[in-house]
Formats: sequence, structure tokens, C-alpha cells
Amino acid sequence: MPKTATQYSRRNFLKTSGGVVLFIGASGILPYLVSCRDTRRMKEEFARHPITAWVQFSEDGQIIIYNPAAEMGQGSMTSLPVIFAEEMDADWARVSVEFSPQEAEIYGSEGWTPGSKLMMTVGSRTTHSYWPVMRKAGAQARYVLLSSAAGHWEVPLSELTTSEGVVYHEKSGRKIEYGQLVPFLKMPEVLPEIDEAQMKKPGEFRLIGKVLPRTEIPEKVNGTALFAQDIRLPGMVYGVLERGNLHGSRPTLTNEAEIVGMDGVLKVVPFDYAIGVIAQTLEQALSAKRKLRIEWGPSPASGFHSQEVFETYASMAGQPERGRVITEAGDVQQAIKTAARTYSADFKNDYVYHAQMEPLNAVIRVAEDLQSAEVWVGSQQGPDTKLGVPGILGIPHEKVEVHLQYLGGGFGRRSMNDFVEECAVLAREVAPLPVKLIWTREDDVAYGAFRPLSLQRLTASVDARGTLTSLSHCVVGDGGNLVASGVTNTHYDIPNQLAEWRGASHGIRLKHWRAVGHGPNKFAIECMLDEIARDQQADPVAFRRKLMAKSPRALATLDKAAEISGWGEPVAEGRAKGVAFVEHGSLGTGVCEISVDRNTGDIRVHHFWIALDAGIPVQPDNIRAQMEGGILMGMSSVLKEQITIVDGRVQQSNFHDYPLLRMQEIPDSIETVILPSGERPEGVGETATPMVAGAIANAFLRLTGKRLRHMPFTPQRVLEALSSS
Amino acid sequence: MAKYTLNVNDETYPVEVAEGTSLLWVLREHLGLTGTKYGCGIALCGACTLHIDGQPAKACIIPVEGVASGQRIRTIEGLSEKGDHPVQKAWIAAQAPQCGFCHSGQIMQAVALLESNPRPTREEIKTYMNGILCRCGTYMRILKAVEMAAGTETHVES
Repeated sequence: MPKTATQYSRRNFLKTSGGVVLFIGASGILPYLVSCRDTRRMKEEFARHPITAWVQFSEDGQIIIYNPAAEMGQGSMTSLPVIFAEEMDADWARVSVEFSPQEAEIYGSEGWTPGSKLMMTVGSRTTHSYWPVMRKAGAQARYVLLSSAAGHWEVPLSELTTSEGVVYHEKSGRKIEYGQLVPFLKMPEVLPEIDEAQMKKPGEFRLIGKVLPRTEIPEKVNGTALFAQDIRLPGMVYGVLERGNLHGSRPTLTNEAEIVGMDGVLKVVPFDYAIGVIAQTLEQALSAKRKLRIEWGPSPASGFHSQEVFETYASMAGQPERGRVITEAGDVQQAIKTAARTYSADFKNDYVYHAQMEPLNAVIRVAEDLQSAEVWVGSQQGPDTKLGVPGILGIPHEKVEVHLQYLGGGFGRRSMNDFVEECAVLAREVAPLPVKLIWTREDDVAYGAFRPLSLQRLTASVDARGTLTSLSHCVVGDGGNLVASGVTNTHYDIPNQLAEWRGASHGIRLKHWRAVGHGPNKFAIECMLDEIARDQQADPVAFRRKLMAKSPRALATLDKAAEISGWGEPVAEGRAKGVAFVEHGSLGTGVCEISVDRNTGDIRVHHFWIALDAGIPVQPDNIRAQMEGGILMGMSSVLKEQITIVDGRVQQSNFHDYPLLRMQEIPDSIETVILPSGERPEGVGETATPMVAGAIANAFLRLTGKRLRHMPFTPQRVLEALSSS
Repeated sequence: MAKYTLNVNDETYPVEVAEGTSLLWVLREHLGLTGTKYGCGIALCGACTLHIDGQPAKACIIPVEGVASGQRIRTIEGLSEKGDHPVQKAWIAAQAPQCGFCHSGQIMQAVALLESNPRPTREEIKTYMNGILCRCGTYMRILKAVEMAAGTETHVES
């Protein structure tokens, strides 16, 4: 009989002193332990079985917990290990955290699509998706510790308890630390399925819900945190691409001989949409890039002018045929026929760019025989955890090893693999030399993948008592869900609703951008509610309160936000408050207080208050940080950011013409109240950002009586609104 | 190619690069001091902020030959041996970074501020820090961290 991994490990892990890794079975395979010293064996086990190594114990008590999610500032490096450690009852002071291998079969979650396992850090879904996975794995790890202690002491497991990394046998007064158990660890014959009823109740949490410092912050303040940009390998060479600013345009290089003759240039690599250069040093690669003489062909974007398209969109919204229906309830046409009053307004938004602070980059080394590759990258992962590299190289999935690095911002841009695939193409050309591909900021802007511009036409009706009876929401724009997410109102009780999307196509690269369509769509919905409330002489909070009567969790956020912001109390001269509600995983209501400089058109946001229901708040201080960051990124995009296209060409190139919010523009305060909850945790990364436009525009309406209906609210647009009749 | 000698964090580094190469590329790609980040290349984001003779500067627009005559270059790696400079400690206490990419530059700018003005007002902090971008939106906590380091923190809502 062939020796099984289980037999192997049971005999051998006892002899080691370097700790053990706990593998927990996922497809009926028995759990087992493998010595950390036997790295070859560990690698083999990783490769052979759908098993999950979640934790490594050492005799000195140190514990490493593996994080399957990307860390882009949202705190996964702490939140997921906290969930695991809570159920394992670990001493958090002894825990360190490392990224897990990028193997979805092993480390994926079903949180995105039941029945499939995916590793993706998108849609603010990480904590929600991994909640059951990490809890169960942590509980099973604790079970292994308990059963090993029971065997060691020869007492029934049921007489044992744990607390903060120690197993206790109260009857005999004995106790043993988890680390001291390592030499005695033994896998039970059967690892029980542990259901939620056997896990800790929220009242028993020691780590979840507590303010814990984030594990990776010390590295981020001493300069040692590694982003892919920081990777340096022996023999590494540098790649750059010139892609132009007309998306999809085909290049013709007219001075290849000159480029190839430049100092340090190793190779010129043509792409369908770009010219690549590989050189010995980064500065040589960049010098060559500047010298490229390229003739650009036409592209699907040629002839497109972004600021002129809204007229077309408005006429599309006026066509009688419906687009793709996203939500329909009741009969909006009938409601309008019997309405006491109807309202209609168009809301617009321009393209915005991710502007993650670390421009895109990757490092890839392809083996000399071109049959395997290693990738160092900051990625939000995706359906293909190998990020498109196997396809580029024509090699099996398992022949690509991805070393995930910290992300210098993601915001959706790093869930696209274009930059990784480019690097694989370059690295194949010079294999086995590793290639570091650098996108300059100019590349990152001009060849960005933007949140689409769109137009929302909202039509609403009220009855004689001023109750909202219908809301129809027509989104016009390119990108399907990229423009349509967030149109559905599940927490407003509106009997007749219709949401539909009418498509356009302009050849401009598009991608998810923090909160996706929620930004423009919540802006439109929340502004529409305030415009109706104003006409009905109703208070905006009171108006929403009626609509939320059947959604107590949403209503609680509204009431709390009103309370902490002093809604209804007198406001300083020249200021006004505005409110907006957003559901994006978690539920949140935001209130802001603004003033407007009527000479310059500058809007100043003085305060923001948020009340949030995120389910069980795993890391409350991190939730506050996400609210602060979400509001500031929202303010940046709503007040300042705008990509424009002229004849298909992106007009912006760096921070001089794509300004971001700076320190002098921040509010005096952002205050967040997290409502208590025992429900499953919900995402918090994208709930604050979509509040901002609605809250500011609604405050502006109350302050000035004028409407802001086109993002961003640049000073010029504010002045136009102020002078409108 | 030309040979230069740089004084970085009180150590001497010989380097051979083309004239005009930015200090940023020299530090990051030739000397392996990668704590200083590339963000824009035109001195508008501040991710590459370091100190030259005690003054904050943007490494991306400084040609190597301009700082190879004995100027004292200080990067995040040279701020403290154990990451325990008072500003770094305040940064951890405030849990300031999110993605963290801009924070080497933020910290170097903040250290320069406090070395020249140990007890800045809130408005002085905002003005001095205005040149360093943060896309994650951690400005509230950066402000709090600087005030903590300065000992002027009263109460910053966060």
C-alpha cells in the first residue's frame, strides 16, 4: 500500500522542532500536519491536494496565519486572521500573518459564486465571503489542539477548555500553551464538521469587534513593506510600453533601428496597441520610450468626444423602447397616470480615473525553457489567480507561481490583468532574465480604464399625500453593470419601480472603480429624493424615514446619522447640511455640512457624519478608517476629478491636469458611529464613497436652492448652477 | 555613464549611471533603497519625498549629479533603526496608513516639518503636508499623527 501523506506526517511531524503546518481537508481528505522543515514535502502537498494550510504553529508559541486576500489598504491582513484566531482562541500577540499561495482551489471562497471557489479582492466582499471559511478553519484548528492535549494528558476532550492560546484541564489543574503542544500534536482520525452553533457567540468574542492595530502597519511606516514596484531580482532588466492616448490604436514604429541602437536597449517588442522596450536599466528604458517615433492608426474611439455625448444620451433616454430591465416592481406607467405630481431630472457624470498611488507594474521571470514562470505583483486577484500568464506563455496553470505583494492602491484597477500580461510578453522575450515592467504615471492615466461617464434619467410620482408612488431610473452609458450597479432600491419602500440600462459603446477602456455604478446612481437617486422632498415641503430626513419604514436596519442608520449630525438644529450662517443613504453590502447614512464660495465656485465640506450598519464589526477602527478614506476619495472624485476625451484621445496625463484632493481640502471632522449588530459582517470599503455626491448636492440645494446634477462639481459648474434660474 | 558618490543615511554609496538619472531611480533601482516611492515623476504627488541636508525634497526631479557633492541624503530607511522615530510611533498609534504607498513620503515631510517647527498649528500642518497626495484618503489620520508627534493633539474626530 502506498504511503499516504497522512501516515507520513503522523510519523514525522513529532521529530521536528521547526513547527508544523496544519492542513485542513476540503474534499473528504483527512486533515494532517506537515513539518515546516520539510519544505519540499510542503510544496508537494500544496501541489497535490485540495487542502488548505491556514496556520503554522511553532514550539516557541509563534503562530502564522495565512491570508488568502489581497491587502490594498482595506485591512484584510488583519480582518481575516482575526476571524480565524478568534475561533482558534489564539493569543493574538503571538500571531503574525503571511499571504497564502495564490491557489483558488485551495484558498478560494464560495462567497462570490456558490459552488465555485474564487480568490478575488473585489466588491468589498472579502470579509463577508471568508467569514464562514475562516471561522470553520479556526474552529477545526482549535479542535486539533484540544484533541492532541486530550491524548497527551489522557483525559476526555470534553473536559478541556481554551483561552488565549492555552489549553486548560480544570479538574487536574493542568494547562499547556499551544506552542508547547507542538511536539504532541496528533491529527484526530476524523475532523468534525463544526457548525455555527458550536462556534463562539458574539458576546464571547475577544478579538472580533475590538480595536486592534493592523498587522502590516509597522512595515508601512519604516519603508520595508514590499510593493511589486520594490521587487529587485538578480539580473533583472526593465520594460516599458508606449501605448499612446487613443485606446486600441495600432502603432507603427518608424525608428526601430535608432531605438535598438540606444544605450542599454535589449529589445523592441511590438504589441497590437503599443510598442514595448526592454533595457538594462529603468532610465535607459525610459529614455528609449521618449525617443520612440510612432504613427498611430485609427481606433474604435476615434471621433468620440466625451463632453458632447450627453446630448445623444439624453435623446436615447427619451426613446420609448425600454433598455435592459434590471429591476421592475409594480407598474410605473400606471402610477404616473394616477399621480398627483410627477418629477423628472437627468443626472450626469464624467469619466474618472483610479489614480492609485502606485502606478501599475509587475515583475516576471520566465524559465529558460519557457515552461514555467514566477510573477511578483500587486493584484486584486480574479477568476484566474495566475492573472492571465499561463495563457500568454501557453503553459499549464500550475507552472505559474504568483508572489502576491502589497498593493499601492487597487480601487478596481488591479482587478484587471493587462499589465501582468504585458510583463509576461516581455519576460518571454528575454527569458530567463526577470523583467520589471513599469507604467509611468502618464501611462497609467492615458491608458487608464475608467469609470464610465453616464446619464441617469429619473422619473418619479407622488400621490396627493406626497407619498412617493413610483421611481423609474434609466441609465445610459457604456459598460453594463459598470454603469448600472446601484440602481436597485431595496431599502426604500416604493411600490412601483423600474430600473433599466441603455447601452452605448465608445472604445474607451472601462473598469470597476471603487463602488462602481453606485457612485453615479446613488447620486441620482438621493438627489431626486431631496428635490421631491423640497417640492413637497418635507424635511429630507423625514421624507426618507417614511420610505424606510419597512427596513429597520437602514432606518436605524438614518436616525443615528440625523442624531449625531444635529440634523434639524440651527446651522451656522452660510452653511447647510445634506443627507444621503447608501447600501453596498453594509448600510450607511451620511450627512455633510458645506459652505460655498459664491465668487470662486468652491465648495467646502466642513463635516461628515456617518452611521453604519456593517453587521458584526470585525475591526471597528478599520471600519472608521474605511469611512474616512471612502469619504475623502468620494470628495476628490465629486469635486475635482474628470477625464475628458477629444476625438478618442484622453486629454489628461498626470496630477497637474488630473488633480486629487489634498490635505488643505479635508473636512474638520469625519465622525462614524458603527451600529451594534449580530449579523454576518458586510463589506465597508465602498459604502462611504457613493454617499458623497448626493450629500453635497443635497446640502447645496438647501443652501442655495440650486441643483448640481453633473459630477464633478467643479467651480465652473457650481458658478453656472448658482447663476441658473 | 558617470561615477558618483552619494551620502545616504550616513553611508557612502558609489554608483555608476548616466548623467541626468533621477535620484529616485538611483536610490530605488541601483542602491535598493526602495522605501522611497515613485508616484508621478513630476514632483506633484510627493511619494518620493526625502531630505537633502535636512530639507524635504522630491527625489524624482533631482538629477543624481546635483546631490553627489557630499549632500546628506536621508530616506525613510535612515529615519530610525527600529522604526521607532517619534513620528513613526505616532503614525502607528494613529493607524494612519491604508495601502501605505505614500506614507514614506508623508512621514519624511512630517519629520521635516517638526524639525523646523516642533509645535505647528493645525493649519500649518495642512499647508506643509499639502504637497503629498494620498489616494486612500488617510489625511485625517495623518493630521492626527502629526499632532500626536508634536504633542499638540487635542481632539481630532476620526
